[in-house]
Amino acid sequence: MARFVGRKLLHLLPVLLAVTLLTFLIASLLPGDLAYTILGDQATPEKVAALRAQMGLDLPIWQRYLHWLWDVLQGDFGRSFRTGETVLAAVADRLPVSIELMLMAEGLGLLIGIPLAILCAVRSGGAVDRFLTGLAFGKLSLPSFMVAILLIYLFAVTLGWLPATGWVPFTEDPIGNLRSFVLPALTLAFAEWPVLMRVLRSDMIATLQEDYIAMAKAKGLHPARILLVHALKPSSLTLVTVTGINIGRLIGGALIVETIFALPGIGRLLVGAIYARDFIILQGVVLFVAIGFVLVNFVVDMLYAVLDPRIRHGRA
Amino acid sequence: MTRALLSLEDVSVELPTPRGTLRAVDNVDLSLMPGRTLGIVGESGCGKTMLSRAILQLLPKRAKLSGRVRFGGRDLAALPAESLRRLRGPELAVVFQDPMTSLNPVLTIGTQLIETLQAHLGMDGAAAARRSVDLLAAVGIPAPAQRLRQYPHQLSGGMRQRVAIAIALSCEPKLLVADEPTTALDVTVQAQILDLLAREQRRRQMAMILITHDLGVVAGRTDEVAVMYAGRIVERAPTAQLFARMRMPYTEALLAAIPKLDSPPHTALPAIAGRPPDPTRPLPGCSFSPRCRYADDHCRHAKPMLADPERSGGLYACWHPLTLPAAVGP
Amino acid sequence: MAVLELEGDTAAVSPVRQSGRRLGGLFVAALLWIVLIGLAAILANVLPIVSPTDMDFLGKRAPPSAAHLLGTDQLGRDMLSRLIYGARISLTVGLLSPVIGLVIGGALGMLAGYFGGRFEALTVGGVDVLLAFPPLVFALAVTAYLGQSALNITLVIGVLSIPAFTRVARAVTLSLAQREFVVAAQTLGATHMRILLRELLPNVALPLMAFFLLAVAVTIVVEGALSFLGLGVPPPAPSWGSMIGEGRESLDIAPWLAFLPAGFMFVTVLAFNVIGDTLRALTDPRPGAL
Repeated sequence: MARFVGRKLLHLLPVLLAVTLLTFLIASLLPGDLAYTILGDQATPEKVAALRAQMGLDLPIWQRYLHWLWDVLQGDFGRSFRTGETVLAAVADRLPVSIELMLMAEGLGLLIGIPLAILCAVRSGGAVDRFLTGLAFGKLSLPSFMVAILLIYLFAVTLGWLPATGWVPFTEDPIGNLRSFVLPALTLAFAEWPVLMRVLRSDMIATLQEDYIAMAKAKGLHPARILLVHALKPSSLTLVTVTGINIGRLIGGALIVETIFALPGIGRLLVGAIYARDFIILQGVVLFVAIGFVLVNFVVDMLYAVLDPRIRHGRA
Repeated sequence: MTRALLSLEDVSVELPTPRGTLRAVDNVDLSLMPGRTLGIVGESGCGKTMLSRAILQLLPKRAKLSGRVRFGGRDLAALPAESLRRLRGPELAVVFQDPMTSLNPVLTIGTQLIETLQAHLGMDGAAAARRSVDLLAAVGIPAPAQRLRQYPHQLSGGMRQRVAIAIALSCEPKLLVADEPTTALDVTVQAQILDLLAREQRRRQMAMILITHDLGVVAGRTDEVAVMYAGRIVERAPTAQLFARMRMPYTEALLAAIPKLDSPPHTALPAIAGRPPDPTRPLPGCSFSPRCRYADDHCRHAKPMLADPERSGGLYACWHPLTLPAAVGP
Repeated sequence: MAVLELEGDTAAVSPVRQSGRRLGGLFVAALLWIVLIGLAAILANVLPIVSPTDMDFLGKRAPPSAAHLLGTDQLGRDMLSRLIYGARISLTVGLLSPVIGLVIGGALGMLAGYFGGRFEALTVGGVDVLLAFPPLVFALAVTAYLGQSALNITLVIGVLSIPAFTRVARAVTLSLAQREFVVAAQTLGATHMRILLRELLPNVALPLMAFFLLAVAVTIVVEGALSFLGLGVPPPAPSWGSMIGEGRESLDIAPWLAFLPAGFMFVTVLAFNVIGDTLRALTDPRPGAL
């Protein structure tokens, strides 16, 4: 097992390095003189030149990259010139919101998707299966912002059960906090469950035809046990992959939902940084998000080994 | 007179296929007394697997079963699902052909043993674990305690099959169905597994059905042998009698196809020419007639019924049964 | 959240494939809708409809009438006309963007799958790295810095679709490269170029086309999302996404302002998904895919 983890870590490093390089390149290639933007209406050619020298912007690009990388490795992702807060502080402030949203969303998605997938797999080909599969397919054509509008119309405008926007910290008002997350989490969950259901259903249908399921039946085990213990585990590999990738993507990707529902998460931080041309925040947060995604994928790979012991021992 | 443990009355299995209805099992009558062993022998595709599935009530969804499968007097097909489930394990058990696919690859050996004990015997975890270790030792697995935590892929093929046998025997079943238990194993290991099965059968006075394509496997290990061809039983007799005085040309051909250790090297194996008939297009006469060297027109037009005209206890379905002792050898 | 990264080889079971009988009906309906909306978009200038930018402050949020078949929006502009002109934007961006991905990504993927070796490893690694970045952020950042315009959006989304196309093209090429007809061509001494163009390309083209249509669906959604946030094609050009965004403010009094464009977008995206999925079912090189 240790060798397996070691090998995976070795693959991880070049990818992480490439991510930093790409982030830096793209951020620095965006047009617009940073020093000019920072000084704003106080810009004079001398001040611009001085600021550029001070920020090291006149150095060749590879030197700037290395300086920046060195800073990053020491934990210094940069500091916003607008607000003065460091990238890490800004992220740390917003991260809990994004994580809460992401966990609730993925959790709800799984809560809906897994039972439906099992139901479809067991009654594969039947009316229920066809209906749900059709529903999942149709849902793929309904993007998150549309679902958000629908949910807001239904629950906030018409029924008035839940707030359309607004957020309170958990520490202040736990119930209010959870209430403010329901609609956004549901919106994202609605986008997640079709994929999750489809993937698990497909794998389970294949698994249920395996000999060891016939054997489990022949042993007279309870059907629930056969489904949940014997069939679910070997079928969950793709599900875990997709869940992991989705979570990774949700770290920086719940942009639209956070904007619609006015949640102070990472997504909104990014949008704000883009509007304000806060290149340092943008670069730092994008790097953070990308690294997070890569690391989540790494964890997913590890989870593979837990789920399928054959991978752990080097043969799959 | 004691009642038969298992009795199949006019059992047929039909499967819908794109090319028509396939009659995999055709009017089979069988019975098995408690503690006795029956061997079912036939080529691939003769219907023996479908027959075993019919006995175990594990037929695919599309299959249609007709006739009656009685176990302990009860019609299995008519049992409610829960009762059938409770039968499996304590009364009826099975060993499948390929232990690599019949054992769940993501669950430990221990889990797969313990769950059976817990489901049927109501044991708690610790007691079940102890019993599992005993079971593994009884089937000849070294270091049984460590095995509980291992996964199927960490064991050799022969050991995996021993585990499967241990699982099957764990609840002391009255009938064990072994469906080609050694086909997927190395030749060197086959004899060990078969001997293990025979030994356990004798020890537990358990009824056993041994399904195989190899006539040599059932010799000396079964009380009775039934030969299947194209979905029907074509010969059935007590084992010794079958080998001494076989009546069906097909059985004779099967016997001749077994490689003999004392033949000169490079002796050609007498294979049975031709192929089994297309089960979606049954022949009007004897199904074996296209490949039988004794066949005549009568054979091709009239289907022989399984009968025992000599009243010897051995049944066969043939118009021209062999009357000489079987000609064994190349 | 729009999925820019479609797994070309994830087993998908759509109703389109499952019930052969229903295949005809749904497929035809989808095709009809696309033809209809496409024609309307192309012929928008010559159609007898009101200009999409004429505002009528007296008739704000009006219900359907003879003058305005689908009513007016919050600035008194004709909804039907805006919906048709909006189709222009969505379909233009939707169809042009994936072409970039198809051509560049498809080529890269084919080459990677065919030649293998270090080139392939690099390509796959590159794709994985690119896919680690949140695509919407990229699109936003680039449009914010380079300016909002239909062209910029088309380019950005197009470039973002390259990794997905690369993956699909590579997967299909890998499954084909081992087949007899390729080996036969190689034995006959055909050059790589010839094999790629004459043998592989025709066979890779169909699955790629299927994926292309699915990418169109996704692109329409992404463009819609950008416009919804106000960061897509700039006003006053109507876009379904911006119409939904604007309609959001009137949800309590005139919900149809948001739901009409949403409905149009949904049906269009669904239509492309149905056709793309049907094509994928027909051209899947793997037999017996669930």
